[in-house]
Amino acid sequence: MKMTNKRAQKRASAKASTTNVSKFAPAKAVAGGKSAVKFEYAPSLESTDIVQIEKRNRLFIGGKFVEPTSGRYFPTINPATGERLAEVAEANEKDVDLAVKTARQAYEQIWSKMSGKERGRYLFRIARLIQERARELAVLETMDNGKPIRESRDIDVPLVAAHFFYHAGWADKLEYAFPGQSIAPLGVVGQVIPWNFPLLMAAWKIAPALACGNTVVLKPAETTSLSALLLAQIFQDAGLPEGVVNIVTGAGATGAALVNHPDINKVAFTGSTEVGKIIARAVAGTKKRLTLELGGKSAHIIFEDAALDQALEGVINGIYFNQGHVCCAGSRLLLEESIANDFVEKLKKRIAQLRVGNPLDKNTDIGAINSEAELKKIGKLIQLGKDEGGEFFEPKCALPEKGYFQRPCFFSNVSSSFTLSRVEIFGPVLAVSTFRTAQEAVVKANDTPYGLAAGVWSEKGAKIHKVAGQLKAGVVWANTYNKFDPSAPFGGYNESGWGREGGRHGLSAYLDVRGK
Amino acid sequence: MRSVSMIDKEGRSLAVVVPAVDEVGAIERADFFTKRSIKKDSKLHALYLAISMCDLTTLEGADTPGRVKQLCEKARHPVPPDVFASVARTKNLPPIPSVAAVCIYPSMVSVAVKALEGSGINVASVATAFPSGQAPLSTKLNDTRFAVSEGATEIDMVINRGAFLSGGYQLVFDEIAAIKEACGEAHLKVILETGELGSLDRVRLASEIAMRAGADFIKTSTGKIQPAATLPVTLVMLQAISDFYLKTGKKIGMKPAGGIRTAKQAIQYLCMVNETLGTDWLTPDLFRFGASAMVNDILKQIFKEATGRYYYDRAFSLD
Amino acid sequence: MDKRNLRVPKTIKLFIGGEFPRTESGRSFPAYEHGTQKVFAHLCRASRKDFRNAVTAALSARAEWERRSAYNRAQIIYRMAEMTEGHREEMVSVMEKVGGVSARDAHLAVDEVIDAFVYYAGFADKFSQLSGCVNPVSGPHHAFTTPEPVGCVAMIFDDDDGAVTALPTVIATMASIIASGNVVTMLLPGAVAPLLAPLAEIFATSDLPKGVVNLLTGHRSELLEHFASHMEVQSISYVGSDNTVREKLKTLGAENMKRVVCFESKDGAQNGDINIGLERIASFVEFKTVWHPIGH
Repeated sequence: MKMTNKRAQKRASAKASTTNVSKFAPAKAVAGGKSAVKFEYAPSLESTDIVQIEKRNRLFIGGKFVEPTSGRYFPTINPATGERLAEVAEANEKDVDLAVKTARQAYEQIWSKMSGKERGRYLFRIARLIQERARELAVLETMDNGKPIRESRDIDVPLVAAHFFYHAGWADKLEYAFPGQSIAPLGVVGQVIPWNFPLLMAAWKIAPALACGNTVVLKPAETTSLSALLLAQIFQDAGLPEGVVNIVTGAGATGAALVNHPDINKVAFTGSTEVGKIIARAVAGTKKRLTLELGGKSAHIIFEDAALDQALEGVINGIYFNQGHVCCAGSRLLLEESIANDFVEKLKKRIAQLRVGNPLDKNTDIGAINSEAELKKIGKLIQLGKDEGGEFFEPKCALPEKGYFQRPCFFSNVSSSFTLSRVEIFGPVLAVSTFRTAQEAVVKANDTPYGLAAGVWSEKGAKIHKVAGQLKAGVVWANTYNKFDPSAPFGGYNESGWGREGGRHGLSAYLDVRGK
Repeated sequence: MRSVSMIDKEGRSLAVVVPAVDEVGAIERADFFTKRSIKKDSKLHALYLAISMCDLTTLEGADTPGRVKQLCEKARHPVPPDVFASVARTKNLPPIPSVAAVCIYPSMVSVAVKALEGSGINVASVATAFPSGQAPLSTKLNDTRFAVSEGATEIDMVINRGAFLSGGYQLVFDEIAAIKEACGEAHLKVILETGELGSLDRVRLASEIAMRAGADFIKTSTGKIQPAATLPVTLVMLQAISDFYLKTGKKIGMKPAGGIRTAKQAIQYLCMVNETLGTDWLTPDLFRFGASAMVNDILKQIFKEATGRYYYDRAFSLD
Repeated sequence: MDKRNLRVPKTIKLFIGGEFPRTESGRSFPAYEHGTQKVFAHLCRASRKDFRNAVTAALSARAEWERRSAYNRAQIIYRMAEMTEGHREEMVSVMEKVGGVSARDAHLAVDEVIDAFVYYAGFADKFSQLSGCVNPVSGPHHAFTTPEPVGCVAMIFDDDDGAVTALPTVIATMASIIASGNVVTMLLPGAVAPLLAPLAEIFATSDLPKGVVNLLTGHRSELLEHFASHMEVQSISYVGSDNTVREKLKTLGAENMKRVVCFESKDGAQNGDINIGLERIASFVEFKTVWHPIGH
């Protein structure tokens, strides 16, 4: 081997040493010095053995799983395959009525008479059981919802346990939450939750309601009922008194029956602003309390003096977390003009690294869109964005043949007047525009009927505080994004809803607070 | 954003502009790579790759020609080929590659050059009054020239941390530029000694200065100071490399050194390189591990993949 | 002939954006001296457009009032108490003449008004400490929650109460709302409507930025719908007990998710009732949670 250049020699030798090519062929990676081989991550699938899914899933009323009076069941689909996972009972008005009556009885006879200390014990116990069955919950959640296992395992389920744990401690300390005021539970609360964080939303709703002494009738979203029913098993295992939490599954009609039931004292809803308005009108003439966690079109502002690499990650996390099915998704990216071009280039490179695919693969970053209907809706809005003249970019990654998948994408050069800038897409679609001054950034960020969240990135402290103060949003993530904690109040301004969830402030949604 | 202005050799003014680094965000992102699950073929691919990227190192006052020769043997054949062949028979695994380089003090360069003759393995020498760098430039230059003249193909220099920490960025820049010149054809790796810099912002700035001044590689640590290489520090340096490439089209290499002991860590680093810079950097020409102890752990993992057994340490030579 | 009998009954104009315009509708209605058919004054019968103009004025004052320091808002509300003292005789005389109230009761009502101003002046720089907090989040972040004004609040009342009750209720409610930095447009209840002139004088001379408080008089039945459906009104304060009013406000208000806050007039926030005071202020704020990295 005659080579003058020592580096070339080295390459040649490396080549020689790997002539016996195996199936994984590391040779090419080294040969010629320039890597030609993509570092593929072999599928690393989370086993589903841990989960036992019943073929037919009944309603959970009075601590037992019961048949729906109609005898009707509807299918629930694994969105990653499009295949039927199981059937879920459809609760009608009679079932809802039974659930409310059961909750009322449990409220009057048991839960309202129980000490806060005792209520807290149940919640602590539930929190522990959730931790113990964490993997099972995560796998089931991923199968029914389509979110990546990494997220259900590392984010959703740990937060679910944390919510029960946090609120457990409040149960016997509520008088400290509202000093000098008198507090009382509301009674029976009807809760309707969405499909994007099925289990986490159930926790956000149930934990504070129970801690404050209320009993619950919960309706999960029709496409994602299974994890709530597994949570029901945990309630059974924890010995939670029968009827304290009841779960009625079904679609819009079931939700309407619950919201309109005359014997509930409070409605809590998380979902679209459109449905939120319908509910607000439905309870307008009643004495029911109402808290709403609705949609958003949150702005993510990046100043030129930001920590740009971390800001890029914040943007990625802000819009592509959970396939963009996040009410507080940072779906409008506002870039300071001086950095806009470079940042967009980085964004292109970065989203090409996102791994779209089987949500049960531990390396998947973007899982399945929850339903065919949602996928179609997202597709329509993307088409509309193209028609409006936005500059579209998506990476060339392959998508699984089956199931409902959408590549992460963004539009640049988006005007505030585009539909893209105004409507909530609820998918992995980002609208990018620019600004020149902080004032302009704030005006643009606030130019929306929503007001759920906002992000702002700058390393200048005064600017961060000033802008954070001027943003009309219930949550401002400064130099970070999409952080959640049971102790931190969450909720929106304007058409993003009423009330807060989490923290001390979230308690007031489940208590009647009066001057003494 | 930080902007420092430099004067290059030709007297031209350069603005070295670096974005701020948010430490919490950088750590969060770095942690992400510990969540990657690399199994089966991709794991083997990564393990082989990691060995081929290794700079086997001995930098002790007690180094002797004998020890250096032993290290060079290990560099050629991290495990004796016939031993491996018998282990890997059933799986038909390819031979274990040799490592990328042997890294030693200048006085040992000639020993290593001889021991590695024909192997294609690079001889890297630390220079510039390693590890402290506390010597006059003339000494540092002599140190470098000596190592190169002895046959070193790579020079691992340390930056002047005293100057850097007291704001003497021009001095740091000038020293790197001068050493680069003294290297001739040899590749220059610039050690930032990140464990002494105190913040990720400074790591970012030092990376940029080093690249602007002519580094072919930037390297985290000497291995003599704790903390040495960490995922967040490496991430910030990779991002600096990425930005430098976007701006200049030049591909600078990266070498985390010290503190990487396991195959698992090696894979985390490779995932980070893969997802930060892309596959172009997944080559020994652009990525190295300064991690001697890691080699045996990787061998252990490869043996496990080959045989299904968990191996003990004593199956592998210490060096 | 007694010259005083020849006086021209004045028309009390509206108070919008710090100005005193007549209603654009050119309509008015009389306020009679108590128990007589004698016109005390003509009051403007505000129209939908007057309401719109008032909201516009409020919105243009919003940013500035919100930005003022809590201390400054407190000083201005305290100044209102001082100015009320200066208008005491006039207010008492209107209440006597139009409301048929005894001088003693009218003075007590003015005392309560002053108390309410003083009370909420003192609250302006306290409520955020009482209702905000630092959240002990798990992770390397600092997260705090602070109350911020909800924005433009429209205020309406029932007409049942006499001036002695209604006046302090109106002022306490208003003061609790502006103390946190909100701007308001209110339709004065019947018994307070004739007092618009001295009230407006108080607001106009207290260093209150123009447009923070806007006062209308008119018929609630014809304005209610507009109050509830205006898309730039973020919140409605209703003090009263009429269920149909509540339902209407909430139903129409749902279009822009207005915060419709209803209190019974009997839970009036006067007399420095601390508990009710905080609850009132907290009903017209939005809680904002801000996160920032803080390190490991």
